[in-house]
Amino acid sequence: MAVKKFVVGSFDDEKVLFPAVSKVRKAGYKIHDIYTPFPVHGLDHAMGLRETSLHTAGFIFGLTGTTTAVSFMTWSFTKDWPVNIGGKPNFALPAWIPITFELTILMAAVGMVLTFCYLCQLAPGIKKHHFHLRATDDLFVMVIECTAKTNEEEVKNFLAKAGAQEVNTQVAEDGWWIGRYDREQKLYKEDQVIA
Amino acid sequence: MSLIKYESPIREPLVDGKKTYHDVTEDICHTIEAKPSRLWYIGFGISLVFLLFGVYSVYREVVYGIGQWNVNRTINWGWDITNFVWWVGIGHAGTLISAILLLFRQGWRTGVNRAAEAMTIFAVMCAGQFPIFHMGRVWVAFFTLPYPNTRGPLWPNYNSPLMWDVFAISTYFTVSLLFWYSGLIPDLATVRDRAKTKFRKHFYGITSFGWTGSTKHWQRHESLSLVLAGLSTPLVLSVHTIVSFDFATSVIPGWHTTIFPPYFVAGAIFSGFAMVQTLMLVARKVMNLQDYITLGHIEAMNKVIVLTGSIVGVAYLTELFMAWYSQVPYEMDIFFKYRIAGAYGWSYWLMMTCNVISPQLFWFKKLRRNILFTFIMSIVVNIGMWFERFVIIVTSLYRDYLPSSWSVYYRPTIWEVGFYVGTFGLFFTCFFLFAKYFPVIAIAEIKHVLKTTGESYKADMAPLEKMDVDKFYHETHHDDHHEGGTVTVKHH
Repeated sequence: MAVKKFVVGSFDDEKVLFPAVSKVRKAGYKIHDIYTPFPVHGLDHAMGLRETSLHTAGFIFGLTGTTTAVSFMTWSFTKDWPVNIGGKPNFALPAWIPITFELTILMAAVGMVLTFCYLCQLAPGIKKHHFHLRATDDLFVMVIECTAKTNEEEVKNFLAKAGAQEVNTQVAEDGWWIGRYDREQKLYKEDQVIA
Repeated sequence: MSLIKYESPIREPLVDGKKTYHDVTEDICHTIEAKPSRLWYIGFGISLVFLLFGVYSVYREVVYGIGQWNVNRTINWGWDITNFVWWVGIGHAGTLISAILLLFRQGWRTGVNRAAEAMTIFAVMCAGQFPIFHMGRVWVAFFTLPYPNTRGPLWPNYNSPLMWDVFAISTYFTVSLLFWYSGLIPDLATVRDRAKTKFRKHFYGITSFGWTGSTKHWQRHESLSLVLAGLSTPLVLSVHTIVSFDFATSVIPGWHTTIFPPYFVAGAIFSGFAMVQTLMLVARKVMNLQDYITLGHIEAMNKVIVLTGSIVGVAYLTELFMAWYSQVPYEMDIFFKYRIAGAYGWSYWLMMTCNVISPQLFWFKKLRRNILFTFIMSIVVNIGMWFERFVIIVTSLYRDYLPSSWSVYYRPTIWEVGFYVGTFGLFFTCFFLFAKYFPVIAIAEIKHVLKTTGESYKADMAPLEKMDVDKFYHETHHDDHHEGGTVTVKHH
């Protein structure tokens, strides 16, 4: 976590945004992120992001649920305390299908949501720097990270030429911190890193 | 995006009016930011009174016992379980709309899914109260959970449908809640970023979990929604199936039938959609959302109602036929002596009229698109569906195998009714709070479909329709050719 310098360009149309993304990437600038008010399909590919493997996590959580349910019911009904229920078999697999199924779904869903929150670093009480407040309303906000070699003005001009409506430079913390949105917070500037 | 090309020009727009992204935000956030109307206060007040009456009724039941109700050893599942099944059924539409219609790529779901999901969660909350308090000794309700206890440990009976219910309902509630809330996070962030007051900044700051709208986060969010939808689809079908097992696995005539799972699921969707209609018709008027919940939406839901209503009708007739076809005297008696006739015959015919005959009027397009008629029908359907559960439970129980224990006419006590009224209070209290403090329409999802299905955009589509497919593809697919000519074939 560090304070870094960013050049921010805001676009108001995804039709302008897409060519701008490929231009910026071709020019060799490092796109820190693009903030959009809704999922813009294809933007992740345009930015060269890899596919998410969240669904794989979901599958594994689901399997955990299945295994937990079957093994626990088997253990408690055949080993720990076998109860004679109307002379029916203790190992009654067909009758356990509903619970096994429900536990599979439950673990897959809960596990996936927790994984999602962990990966995206989302939790109540977490605060992050927002480059443009309208990024959750109607603007597509492209943020380019400045390196030691970056010429700020050049990037700004480049973005403006690519169709950005608003261009500015911001020095900001790129991670998250515990904070409240109704209070201003001063972050330490001493450890500013222009990597 | 390739879908634009094939979007039928005949299909109605999903969002009416010439709207920009910002207009969508404004329209939907308006109710959150404006002071609530007098109507809201009145509605909320009435709901609270109902809720308090319910709390008092439950208090009496807990303190004095089940004797506060008129259920007895013969009719041991009276109003209480009727209400349970009714509320669970209502709780099915939300997940159906958000999950199954998502998988079927039904674009119209975006207008109503958020409110329908909220309705699901509140309905399941109401449903859960009934079996819990029906236990009588509610303070030992946790005995149903498999935890290491000092009684052995003695484990709950996993072979029992009542135990399956515990798992099904709690899983359904949890997963619906997660699905609903994960969809809400980006919209709460929208509200947070426009907030002017200190309270709103803080409240939506906490509830939006620090959402930024990063592309990577959106990518994961999409994946999460899709998988949760995939998980919820079998889940929603399983829940009412398991509820129907409470009846179907017993040996009571009139319950012991294999048709129950599909019949219950269809009935659940039927009543759930009716409840969505009741709420949405009021909400779109009061909250000025006619552009988002259009006549097209109402008509689409009415089509689902006529379909599921017909399935329910077929199930009723099949039951009657099977009772005769089996020639089992007990089955025959239940259906032909005590169900369609007898002391409770009126409830059977009320159910038949409300559920089977009246929804058939929705075959007429004029009536499907008539708001007042739809509103009346939505209430009629839910009355019918309540009586369906009442008929199933009471008519099968009041004449059991032993004539000496045949029950007299069953009437609920005021506290039994009070409990039911109380859940209405709970449901509407939650719904009023939701409508005031949360975006009732999925803002991000509407924006996502705006350019392909919004009224103003559809008008400009005529030249696109005429365009050559290859040319169109190259002009609209920026995402497909990047990095040294690798073509990612991924159309959404």
